[in-house]
Amino acid sequence: MPPGPNPDLTRRNRRTGAIAFAAVFGMIGVSFAAVPLYRVFCQVTGFNGTPVINSAASPGVANGTTMTVRFDANTNPGLPWDFAPEQRQVRLQLGEEGLAFYTAHNRAGTPVEGVAVYNVTPEVVGRYFHKTACFCFDSQTLAAGQKVDMPVSFWIDPKIADDPNTRDIRTITLSYTFYRTLADAERAGTLASAGPHVGRRETLTR
Amino acid sequence: MATAAHAPDHHDDHAPGFVSRWLFSTNHKDIGTLYIIFSLVAALVGVGLSLIMRLELMQPGLQFFSDGQMWNAYVSAHGLIMVFFVIMPALIGGFGNWFVPIMIGAPDMAFPRLNNISFWLLVPAFMLLTASLFVGGGAGAGWTIYPPLSDDTYQTGPAMDMALFSLHLAGASSILGAANFITTIFNMRAPGMTFHKMPLFVWSMLVTAFLLLLAVPVLGGAITMLITDRNFGTAFFDPAGGGDPVLFQHLFWFFGHPEVYIMILPGFGIVSHVISTFCKKPIFGYLGMAYAMVAIGVVGFIVWAHHMFQSGIDVDTRAYFMAATMVIAVPTGIKIFSWIATMWGGSMDLKTPMLFAIGFVFLFTVGGVTGVVLANAGITQVLHNTYYVVAHFHYVLSLGAVFTIYCGFYYWIGKMSGHQYPEFWGKVHFWLTFVGVNLTFFPMHFLGNQGMPRRYPDYPDALAGWNMVVSIGSFISVASFLLFFYVVYRTFKSPVNVVANPWGEGATTLEWQVSSPPPFHTFEELPHIR
Repeated sequence: MPPGPNPDLTRRNRRTGAIAFAAVFGMIGVSFAAVPLYRVFCQVTGFNGTPVINSAASPGVANGTTMTVRFDANTNPGLPWDFAPEQRQVRLQLGEEGLAFYTAHNRAGTPVEGVAVYNVTPEVVGRYFHKTACFCFDSQTLAAGQKVDMPVSFWIDPKIADDPNTRDIRTITLSYTFYRTLADAERAGTLASAGPHVGRRETLTR
Repeated sequence: MATAAHAPDHHDDHAPGFVSRWLFSTNHKDIGTLYIIFSLVAALVGVGLSLIMRLELMQPGLQFFSDGQMWNAYVSAHGLIMVFFVIMPALIGGFGNWFVPIMIGAPDMAFPRLNNISFWLLVPAFMLLTASLFVGGGAGAGWTIYPPLSDDTYQTGPAMDMALFSLHLAGASSILGAANFITTIFNMRAPGMTFHKMPLFVWSMLVTAFLLLLAVPVLGGAITMLITDRNFGTAFFDPAGGGDPVLFQHLFWFFGHPEVYIMILPGFGIVSHVISTFCKKPIFGYLGMAYAMVAIGVVGFIVWAHHMFQSGIDVDTRAYFMAATMVIAVPTGIKIFSWIATMWGGSMDLKTPMLFAIGFVFLFTVGGVTGVVLANAGITQVLHNTYYVVAHFHYVLSLGAVFTIYCGFYYWIGKMSGHQYPEFWGKVHFWLTFVGVNLTFFPMHFLGNQGMPRRYPDYPDALAGWNMVVSIGSFISVASFLLFFYVVYRTFKSPVNVVANPWGEGATTLEWQVSSPPPFHTFEELPHIR
């Protein structure tokens, strides 16, 4: 060790080191803050096809342009439901309120709680696609063997025809994926039950 | 540049006993040595894994691997070991610790004990990662550890948790090291050593340290969330609980893209010194070189989503990330052209370090050009996750960063140990490595263009030809790696006879003012920089 460390240098080093570690903790904080910020960012900008969720009614038919809205349904294998749209597509005008139904059927012998995630494609139309009511806003519980119709009502903002990025779009696909809620999966003991999934496992004995 | 030279018989120059010298070391040179040895050991494991993978891919069908999970576990371990336990320890912990304090005329790092912890955190991290290969099916989620593949549905058992905890430890090690470098470089420069007189290697380490300081904590946050998702019932990245797996990709690549510059920037610094030394000229465009590295570091933080062109981001976002990515070619081009301009008209001496430096400039340019190709969102649609990508990042890392490690080793081993390397065997090592790695990685471009995907242990028969060539190339590369150990052996068998400056007038930085090897304590009286 150098004879007699310079106390002034030690103080400056501690200060610089403290600033550096403050930056580290700041970045850790930012990475966790990214979780809510990312959600808000998607909701505000319609990024990645996030539709607008509000209960405002449609402004009425404003424009003669006809759009096709197609419906897509996916079910996570962990959820023992049959989930499908009742109609492949609907045609409606910009600004017109649309209503569509999905059916869900619980094949299990016990009540099961599911929750749906959703988006629209093309992804750029997210900010113009308004959902006024949807089964996807809350989790849904189906009794054993129960079959229900699930409504979704929506309208497309006529401003979509003014945006150069979206004015050529005539078809929008509304997509849902139903998952078993984590709480329900935990109750049923089915968390992380998919198990090994790749290749020929039987030869792996380690 | 310096006026003070130190005699090795300085009264304080008593090395402590073995245990306190190497286990409790607080001396920057000893810790640097430990890092370099550690990196070589880890490289043996990392290279061994890649050899097994190339043996498997030599022919279609499954020969050595039992299934895809085992393959993925090997691929992941190879990638993580090479990134965190070979390249970073050698370049940052090894050469950085050795030469940053000497080059700025400081007696040691600012926080010597922190430096010791930085090193010793890496050892358990490496053991955890290696051990994870033997636990259950291993941690087979790639070095990118994307959920859902890395969550508890698909990576059951503790192997994945071991790998994640290993990353935590390695990340903590890097962060402590980075804070140490920043403090050292800011506060401990010798009188007269202004920022604009700092050697380029010190500049490169300063930028690297800032990248580490700002990027690695984000990885730490992301893998903490992954660990709690796996073990404690949170749903940061699980859509069933309202999470978003794409968020993980954003967080990972916010770390991951600066990380690739972290791996290459110290190499930029080393190559600048070597080219300048062996052309007997100061580096062309010193300030441009320094600020090009700063620019690469800054822009490196705002291009991350070019790794996610296939993850569902809209066309405007892709256009931005594509343009920003291509902008990085500008400062990188400044560096390449400045290296060439330094060589231009120089009195070149093609010693082994210079061969590796020229090899680096050439191969890094090849990797950079394929990087510009891949930056195009449209082309990436076709090439993503193919062997073209594998070829690209091995050209910049396996051929780029690793060449700079060799470059630094040959340049400085005489200084570090007092033993000079054997010039003939050094050159043999260079040429064998050069042929081996190019034979390994160049045909991967063809395989990628033909659509061979990454991360599979098997492929259609149509791709067998080039895969055979690649595997033969990898055997040559492994042979060259083993030859390197022979070079090391020959180096240390030779007598200690290196003068303070064996490279002559071109070597102007402060490390060439002290003896070879330097005394245990250097610069207790600060040198004065004119």
